[in-house]
Amino acid sequence: MKAVIETRDLTKRFGHNYALAGLTMTVPRGQIVGFLGRNGAGKTTTIKILLDVIRRTSGEVALLGEPTGSVAVRRRIGFLSEDKRLYPYMTVREVIAFTRPFFPTWRVETETRLLADFELPLNRKVSALSKGMRTKVGLLLNLCRHAELLILDEPSEGLDPVMGEQMLQCLVQQAADGTTIFFSSHQVAEVEQIADYIIAVEKGRVILEGSLDHLRHKFRRVNLVFDDPPEPEAFRRHGVDQVIVQGRTVSILANGNVEEIAALGRIHAAKSVEVQPVGLKELFLEKVREEHANS
Amino acid sequence: MVIRLMPSSGVPIYLQIVEQIRHSIEIGALVEGDQLPAIRTLAEELVVSPNTVVKAYDELEREGLIRLRHGAGAYVKNSNLGKSQVRRLREASVVVKETVRKLRSMGLSDDEIRRLFEAELIEEVVMR
Repeated sequence: MKAVIETRDLTKRFGHNYALAGLTMTVPRGQIVGFLGRNGAGKTTTIKILLDVIRRTSGEVALLGEPTGSVAVRRRIGFLSEDKRLYPYMTVREVIAFTRPFFPTWRVETETRLLADFELPLNRKVSALSKGMRTKVGLLLNLCRHAELLILDEPSEGLDPVMGEQMLQCLVQQAADGTTIFFSSHQVAEVEQIADYIIAVEKGRVILEGSLDHLRHKFRRVNLVFDDPPEPEAFRRHGVDQVIVQGRTVSILANGNVEEIAALGRIHAAKSVEVQPVGLKELFLEKVREEHANS
Repeated sequence: MVIRLMPSSGVPIYLQIVEQIRHSIEIGALVEGDQLPAIRTLAEELVVSPNTVVKAYDELEREGLIRLRHGAGAYVKNSNLGKSQVRRLREASVVVKETVRKLRSMGLSDDEIRRLFEAELIEEVVMR
């Protein structure tokens, strides 16, 4: 089994609204996977269905090859929720001592290291912790378990830049130990930095999925300058995702076939042909735009 | 060796690591026998996926620049760069200096020159 999470045509309806409108994705094992989307795109709904917190309206889900909700599977998965809820009446020390015995895979050396790194106030009640501190406690409880799969819902939300980087570093460490990481985020920059694989969603559907390196190799922007630009239709070729004409410049987003597109520019007597790499932000915004144009 | 990454540039991060380590070897910041950081250490330091570092080291080994010893780390190899490469780079820098001087005298700004070089290099990569 290579996939740790698989969904097919997943839908979730709340009243008249579809929060998920046929979401199909495959999360590969042994990778850091970024689940990218705007607020309200369906990220948290998907994660809640994966964890069997809410029920799907239709579609299929498998977690570690099993249906959701199985206790055996639940044991192999770590989870950090968006609101980082913990037991508010316990102190940090108590909540760690309470959680530890549940997990046979708990590593005390990880606990010791993270306690020192995170500078947590052991005797403070969870209810008196800042959001950043609560995130750290939640992270610690999950990282010490060394689960097979770690699911995190917006882990960097509410963290300052230093803590955010520290959190990402923890995910990298955990991945180096063999845990598959699946984290949701609306921040392109952090996804671009640590993810091996991305799944981007909008309006409850997947709009972009694949290895980040593959996407970086595949997509290019081709900028052509003409004295008298041809009609955009002249560039409707295989591989062309989008054509923008601005004055003398024709800017093309291509998902391949770049050589032919550049050659086409020369045939139409382009004065300048430039080929540039495309960052994830540009790609994501374009896919969101397409999704809205198509619906 | 100092590695600085630009994750949002659209250039795969493993390639950025490969290029910077290759450059470190070319300029003599890394020499034969030097040990590279462990995969885990470099991943934590750069805050990138460990898989990215693995990919970079595999590529460097494929190019014959480093030797990977299972469980014992990565070492800079006796490379064919050596002295001839240093000389080649020194000669190249004279050409670049002359070209830049010529372009400036044609009234091009540094920014324009930089863009021209980058466009040329990227086009080369794509056309290859």
